[in-house]
Amino acid sequence: MPEKKIKKVKIDGRKIACEREETILQAAKKAGIEIPTLCHDDRLEPYGGCRLCIVQVKGVVRPLPACTTPVTNNMEVCTENDIIRRIRQNIIALLLSNHPNDCMKCEKTGDCALQDLAYRYDVDSTRFEGEKWDLPIREDNPFISYEPNKCILCGRCTRICNEVVMAGTIDLVGRGFNSMPDTAFRRPRTIDNCEFCGQCVSTCPTGALTDKKGRGRGRSYEMKKVRTTCSYCGTGCNFDLNLKDGKVVKVTSAYDAPVNHGNLCIKGRYGYDFIHSADRIKTPLIRRGDSFHEATWDEAIDLIADRFSGLMKKYGNKTVGAFSSSRCTNEENFLIAKFARTVFKNNNVDNCARV
Amino acid sequence: MAERKKTRPKAKAKSGTKVKSVRKPKTAAKTGPKPKSKGPDIKGLVIRVCLGTGGLAAGSQEVIDAFHDELKAQGLEAIVKKKCVNKTGCRGFCAKDVLVDVILDGSTSTYQRVRPEKIGRIVEEHIIKGQPVEEWLVGPDYHTFHDKQTKILLKQCGQIDPEDINAYIGIGGYEGAKKALSLTEFEVIEEVKKSGLRGRGGAGFLTGLKWEFCSMSRAFPKYIICNADEGDPGAFMDRSIIEGNPHSVIEGMIIGGYATGANIGYIYIRAEYPLAIERLKIAIEEATKKGFIGKNIFKQGFDFTIRIKEGAGAFICGEETALIASIEGKRGMPRSKPPFPVNKGLWGKPTVINNVETLSNLPSIITKGASWFASIGSEQSKGTKVFALTGKIKNTGLIEVPMGISLKEIIYDIGGGMEKRNRELKAVQTGGPSGGCIPASHIDMSVDYESLMRIGSMMGSGGMVVMDNYTCMVDMAKFFISFTQSESCGKCVPCRIGTKRMQEILTRITGGKGKEDDIDLLVELGTDIKLSSLCGLGQSAPNPVLSTIKFFRKEYESHIKKGICPAGVCKALRQYVVNTENCKMCGKCARVCSSGAVIWQPKQKAVINKSKCVKCGACFDACPFKSIM
Repeated sequence: MPEKKIKKVKIDGRKIACEREETILQAAKKAGIEIPTLCHDDRLEPYGGCRLCIVQVKGVVRPLPACTTPVTNNMEVCTENDIIRRIRQNIIALLLSNHPNDCMKCEKTGDCALQDLAYRYDVDSTRFEGEKWDLPIREDNPFISYEPNKCILCGRCTRICNEVVMAGTIDLVGRGFNSMPDTAFRRPRTIDNCEFCGQCVSTCPTGALTDKKGRGRGRSYEMKKVRTTCSYCGTGCNFDLNLKDGKVVKVTSAYDAPVNHGNLCIKGRYGYDFIHSADRIKTPLIRRGDSFHEATWDEAIDLIADRFSGLMKKYGNKTVGAFSSSRCTNEENFLIAKFARTVFKNNNVDNCARV
Repeated sequence: MAERKKTRPKAKAKSGTKVKSVRKPKTAAKTGPKPKSKGPDIKGLVIRVCLGTGGLAAGSQEVIDAFHDELKAQGLEAIVKKKCVNKTGCRGFCAKDVLVDVILDGSTSTYQRVRPEKIGRIVEEHIIKGQPVEEWLVGPDYHTFHDKQTKILLKQCGQIDPEDINAYIGIGGYEGAKKALSLTEFEVIEEVKKSGLRGRGGAGFLTGLKWEFCSMSRAFPKYIICNADEGDPGAFMDRSIIEGNPHSVIEGMIIGGYATGANIGYIYIRAEYPLAIERLKIAIEEATKKGFIGKNIFKQGFDFTIRIKEGAGAFICGEETALIASIEGKRGMPRSKPPFPVNKGLWGKPTVINNVETLSNLPSIITKGASWFASIGSEQSKGTKVFALTGKIKNTGLIEVPMGISLKEIIYDIGGGMEKRNRELKAVQTGGPSGGCIPASHIDMSVDYESLMRIGSMMGSGGMVVMDNYTCMVDMAKFFISFTQSESCGKCVPCRIGTKRMQEILTRITGGKGKEDDIDLLVELGTDIKLSSLCGLGQSAPNPVLSTIKFFRKEYESHIKKGICPAGVCKALRQYVVNTENCKMCGKCARVCSSGAVIWQPKQKAVINKSKCVKCGACFDACPFKSIM
């Protein structure tokens, strides 16, 4: 392996020390210089599709995309000048020329990268007139809504599906103006071809892909975000419960989540119906006779302690053991093992993940 | 080439008698006695029939069959050699297909536009009696077409049987590869660098330098890819080279593979070229049998294999990174460079990608030497270049000319000038849909990489479309941008939506609905697309529009401001009126008009109601007196 060499780069007049494989975009981000982009996602390989991140590198005639161009020693970069600004404005205007002008009722308003950039660059959305896609909204499955008309073809959904999830459910189909992300042979999304992890939704910068369950239930700026750890398995993914009026409306995950970096599976992202379910058990239940009766935690724990002590007294401490769940965290599993060894004084410890 | 020059037409015969004269000898031949001694020595007879895709379409297979039948009917089968009727590749002059060479007693006669029914007379008069059928021989334009050309790559196309490796070996084939393998890799690269050979795929990067970059990498394995995904409309040089001389490409790949250290070669060829694929497969099989491909080739300890990968019809897969993605089984989409394929190519390994034409130049560079190659061509551009000459020109076909030749020589000497009399040259489009338009005023410019770039066009893969003054430049630009738009992969915004909007603006202008600021908008959009697109397709897509605006801005303005298409091409801007002076009151125009726009009564001159006219042009075509304008 070659040694990590430090490279010195100048971006907008600021000197930055970079590591060998870094791109201009990464170097700029480190220095707090923001370069606009629509197709970049830290979880994905650099793509260079939206062309918004183009920057002027000294000594190179053509502007270069910051997301795919690696830094070289003594490189001098200008992230915005008149030409670059004009090109960016035109690119956004081109995107808007094939984008429905319905931000007023769009699910993504307030959290939309395209909207933000159009605002930032003061783009005239009517500059280029012409054909617009007029395709129906696709709601062929219970989790993901797809509005092709809002798609900007940044390719993030298709790449996350192929690079991260490796499910290969969607890819770009068609050519030219008519290329768009879709399933093979444009079949509906079903359990046969999709995992419904919603990763594509998580990376979509516009309102093209949205969580069906959260549609119409509030915009992102209205939500209170509560960070928690997923209770479905021991991986420990962090996510944010999006609350509106005290109810969980949807689940999102931030890139800074240490374990999962914003990635979630179907359970974490969409398996939250139980939270507000009427059937949900909220207190311990103790069986008396043929039926269960609600109890307090103290009552329940006392009962368990009594029964365990009784069993050990009657049959010996080797006859009891602890069986834990893979849905518990590492720490919880550690505690139950410790409990068995110190209280039961045996090694009868097991976990469902073993099988 | 000296042989062919012996063929000179002496008399021009009237074509009216052709058919009759064919039938007579044919019927006579079946019953007639077998001629002997009097005629030429037919033991050495060789007949060469052009069997490229163009030839096949013109019926060359039928011609070959007819020759076999006729020789059999004449009882000559036993005398002539078994393989005297040779299939060859295309020799370029497709306008006059099927072309047949009859080589008898060492002199070659070439027939043009041969049809099966002509064979009887050719065999009877020429082969048996030794008198070539003068009226069917090629005319002077065949010679003018060939005389100004310098043939290196196409030399053997049209002479050797592409399906027979021995024919290629017979003309010194595989000597280059043998020689290269006896040198060191470094020496081969130096030789290629010295020759000044530049990539013929369009960009014109120095081949030797590209190889050097690849050879410097110590990664294993490395790959060499032959790019035969020729997709420009009207361009067919790569196809012709593969169909006519597939072994030259294979030999070039062996040389390139050895020099760069690549043991695996891929030929990426479009599936729309079935004949070329077929011949390549035969050639690879034969070369493998001879030990030119496989383990320890030429007993020099170098292993080399070649695989064929058929493209699925996407134009963009001619771009090298998209081509690599396609071989890897991904969607054919380009990616940003760097890293360049020579560092990170197929399966992430160093990969050299060369065009068919580049590769087939290599055997002769190695055998004849770099200085020989460098002596042909101009200062910066060495060697020859094959162009597909099409459009409103007399002699269409495939031509090979030294770099630096002037456009004028190509159009007037080789091409024979304008197709129709009284028409003038207006412009030449080079480089296919990504190239630019060169106006007639620049006709003296030399054709090389730098000059073409300077004028806003490019060499491209070598398409050359000649346009006369009846071509509308706006319409032409619209055609090319529609092509690039529909072939855009969709990855980057400027190319995907930008070209679409340009196409719409051009459609608006040709439809008579152009706006005042449309030209400026086209220029701004075109410039931005060129600057910001990801790959060569988008970066060059606006070229036809920008170059026509640069040289023919008045034509755009005329469409927008005056509502007139000067070339009379744009239908929406046409207006049909009756010239009352010429009108003979026949009423033919009224009878063909389907929209009831022509008002005519017997013995009255016709009048066209503009509000009803749908501009179909039927009245224009129907008028025998040219009184509708």
